[in-house]
Amino acid sequence: MTGAAAPAPASTVLVRAAIYTLLLIFAVYYLLPLFVMVVNSLKELNEIRQGNMLALPQQVTIEPWKSAWSTAQIGVQPTGLRPYFLNSIMMVVPAVAISTLLGALNGYVLTKWRFRGDTVIFGLMLFACFIPFQIVLIPMARILGMIGLAGTTPGLVLVHIVYGLGFTTLFFRNYYAAFPTELVKAAQVDGAGFFRIFGRILLPSSGPIIVVTVIWQFTNIWNDFLFGASFADFDSLPMTVALNNLVSSSTGVKEYNVHFAGAIMAALPTLLVYIVAGRYFVRGLMAGAVKG
Amino acid sequence: MHKRFLPLIGSVAGLAMMAGAAVAQDESVEVLHWWTSGGEAAALNVLKENLEAEGVTWQDMPVAGGGGTEAMTVLRSRATSGNPPTAAQMLGYDILDWAELGVVGNLDDLAAEEGWDDVIPAALQNFSKYDGHWIAAPVNVHSTNWMWANKAIFDEVGIALPTSFDELLAALDKIKAAGYTPIAYGGQPWQDATVFEAVVVSTAGPEFYQTTLNEFDQEALTSDTMKQAFESYGKLKDYTDANTAGRDWNLATAMVMNKEAAMQFMGDWAKGEFINAGKVPNQDFLCARFPGTQGTVLFNSDQFVMFQVGDEARDAQLKLASAIEEPSFQIAFNKVKGSVPARTDIDDSEFDDCAKKGMADLAAANEGGTLYGSLAHGHGAPAAVKNAVYDVVTRFWNGDIDSADAAAEELATAVAAAQ
Amino acid sequence: MTLSQAEVAPVATAPRGLRAYAQDWLPRLVLAPSFAVILLFVYGFIVFTAYLSTTNSTILPRFDFVGLVNYQKLFAQPSWWTALKNLMIFGVLYIGICTGIGLLLAIFLDQKIRGEGVLRPIYLYPMALSFIVTGTAWKWFLDPGIGLEQVVQNWGWETFTFDWIKNSRMAIYTVVIAAVWQSSGFVMAMFLAGLRGIDTEIMRAAQIDGASALKLYRRIVIPMLRPAFLSAFVVLAHLAIKSYDLVIALTGGGPGRATELPATFMYSYTFTRNQMGVGAASAVIMLAMVASIMIPYLYTELKHEARS
Repeated sequence: MTGAAAPAPASTVLVRAAIYTLLLIFAVYYLLPLFVMVVNSLKELNEIRQGNMLALPQQVTIEPWKSAWSTAQIGVQPTGLRPYFLNSIMMVVPAVAISTLLGALNGYVLTKWRFRGDTVIFGLMLFACFIPFQIVLIPMARILGMIGLAGTTPGLVLVHIVYGLGFTTLFFRNYYAAFPTELVKAAQVDGAGFFRIFGRILLPSSGPIIVVTVIWQFTNIWNDFLFGASFADFDSLPMTVALNNLVSSSTGVKEYNVHFAGAIMAALPTLLVYIVAGRYFVRGLMAGAVKG
Repeated sequence: MHKRFLPLIGSVAGLAMMAGAAVAQDESVEVLHWWTSGGEAAALNVLKENLEAEGVTWQDMPVAGGGGTEAMTVLRSRATSGNPPTAAQMLGYDILDWAELGVVGNLDDLAAEEGWDDVIPAALQNFSKYDGHWIAAPVNVHSTNWMWANKAIFDEVGIALPTSFDELLAALDKIKAAGYTPIAYGGQPWQDATVFEAVVVSTAGPEFYQTTLNEFDQEALTSDTMKQAFESYGKLKDYTDANTAGRDWNLATAMVMNKEAAMQFMGDWAKGEFINAGKVPNQDFLCARFPGTQGTVLFNSDQFVMFQVGDEARDAQLKLASAIEEPSFQIAFNKVKGSVPARTDIDDSEFDDCAKKGMADLAAANEGGTLYGSLAHGHGAPAAVKNAVYDVVTRFWNGDIDSADAAAEELATAVAAAQ
Repeated sequence: MTLSQAEVAPVATAPRGLRAYAQDWLPRLVLAPSFAVILLFVYGFIVFTAYLSTTNSTILPRFDFVGLVNYQKLFAQPSWWTALKNLMIFGVLYIGICTGIGLLLAIFLDQKIRGEGVLRPIYLYPMALSFIVTGTAWKWFLDPGIGLEQVVQNWGWETFTFDWIKNSRMAIYTVVIAAVWQSSGFVMAMFLAGLRGIDTEIMRAAQIDGASALKLYRRIVIPMLRPAFLSAFVVLAHLAIKSYDLVIALTGGGPGRATELPATFMYSYTFTRNQMGVGAASAVIMLAMVASIMIPYLYTELKHEARS
């Protein structure tokens, strides 16, 4: 528990050694597939065919990476993943930002501005998380067609916002539920309005949950394939469709090295988000909020 | 995007035409397909370049996966939103299903002009036409009842290519004794079905195949002949290795190429793999019909279905359809893909030996009436029935159904339920 | 701002002017668009799907009413029963193991661990990878011919076998392994956020009272993580129900149909088999199953919160 004196018993050497060992074992479990992917993305194809999947490359080559980026066959053109990255970014950034903001506001309303029936509304919004995407496809396509957003990036953004709202609201609502209401009431007495309280009091302390929400939304939207393929046109295809084309081609030699390079490349923006967001994952933003 | 505001653009175009000016034709085509890997994508690119020479822009919409399943899902969404592509790659009964919805275009004039009725095999036309009207342009003809063998192993073991199912079993025994994996097999439902339908033709004859797997006569499905077909199919399992479950077909082909296994039963897209790896027919590998199916061709054909697009896109669409049937493209594409051209009037000199055999077989089967749609590849029955067959065949192969008799019964029930 | 601990008089007794009135309605106004959107795009679609399940839709929606025939067809399919059974196995194991591992790792990481900044992304990153390809990596890993079995055998343990992925009965457990790998890090992150949100005052007070670490966690910390448990459960249940890409990439639904799950079943019947009516019926059944678990759970959780 950072910032507080750790309870004395947990500091015995044995217990801490056990903790570290367990953490390390799990680290290996998580890292092993990545290791396989990275190591094999740097090998020549015949080395992969003959060799051990865990063996380090005898001859390191970055050709698979170059290929995945700019010369691999995605459709009739060997363009690699590069052209599609921009499409994905233009779709993901607004979708994550808007759905997170809306989720925060919703969570705020549902916990600090109670009204009759708000629990039912929350329940309904929560259950919406479970809708299988397959049943969304056809009706959404019709609606997007009717409002003229079919095959465009804004249309995709709309779809992702809609189906992310349940989660973002859930995360923020649960987080704000634990937030002391006294602070809000005190601010009200001092004359602060709805948005002022949100901006000045809740938002600054929301670091960890914003991190969690952004991570969740970014990951899901960035890695989404079904909506991206169905609601985009040839000029707004996201990167996941390109990655799928790279990997799931039904004929031809499977260039595993290129596939792995492509997959890691495709995951890099998400990983970047994780690393940057991790810095906000600290406790203590709330420390001192309720003073004696 | 011209397709989304059809009425608006239609009236604008109409006004422009009335003004007597040359209509602003949208000379671009959006093509949905799943040819995304090296050779075939490069081959399709030939079409793109041919069209560009005519001033038509190709807008690529590739969606790989599952031999077209993802692409078909995307197509539904596009069609529902009123934004269909100009053309979409499709197989067999799917084409007819889509045509029934009334969203496909009409190619009759073009077909008449170019004489498609005369050069495209009749069995193919069953899928290129709906209600007597041309709606799709076939790109190729694949055949599924082939056997691909490693020549070195056959020479070593000293056997000739089997020509009947019994000869096949004998050959497999000898190969197994010599220490090689006799059959390179991929355990996926569609592959199971591909081998199964060949076994049916081999052990029960082509007419029986038609009665059962094209027409689904209930009595035939539960007959002793069918039960024996299942039994024969089951016998093949002893000759495969332990790791077949989930193996992709091209990995099985690689086993044959690398002399790990003696033969693979697969459609002629497998030949594309051999050719692209630099192997030479009759030197490195042998091609023959599945033992006992000589003279019969089970086919499937990739076709580009033309959708209804506005008048301003029609011109480009017709150019696309015409370019697909154009002999030089047919040759360029099919050389790489492993299939044979969809037109029977193409000169075969540029093709490899196996392709020449394929083209000859196709012409003969077309004349002789032994050209049947492959059930396993969507040309024997609509998707629901096809998948019902997949279910039963794959369960049988994986040991989830106890006996061949039970399998035949289950097949009959499943097919009836899916119709 | 002077903050007093005493209860402040509620706003309602303040003079009711236009501004106060607006303040009353503003929260509802802010919530309304999200709620409306969900009503339409989620519940509206669910109703549409329920209706479709009573039609003879094939390749696209058709509106000819056929009653409950699709449900009959649905439950006559052996693969549907397999899918349901697999969902039970997979769901219970996946949610249970992820929650356990997530909680454990979060608590450990919260112990002033050196290198937390390194370990946390390591646990978290699997979620960043799309299953379209990590499925291949796991497929290799679990393949007896080229994966773990072969590696361990090469190291000397000749009799080691690990061919679960090719075994009809055991294949579903390989899906569990891969799925747990992907999501447990995120669950850890959620619990860690929850832990970090717990007021240090409370913990310190308990320590001063002499509580041992174990008791501290059991009696105070874990109960305070109830909202985090709810979030984790929702997230995991959602992933369990929707795991389509994972299964397809890892086993393709095989061997045979042994790893069929409702998500793959639904996709296959709606889109691949052109039997949208049956696919819609399966969707309705799945939603009903989810509701039967989530509604009681939500009810107890929200009631619990209201009380505390």
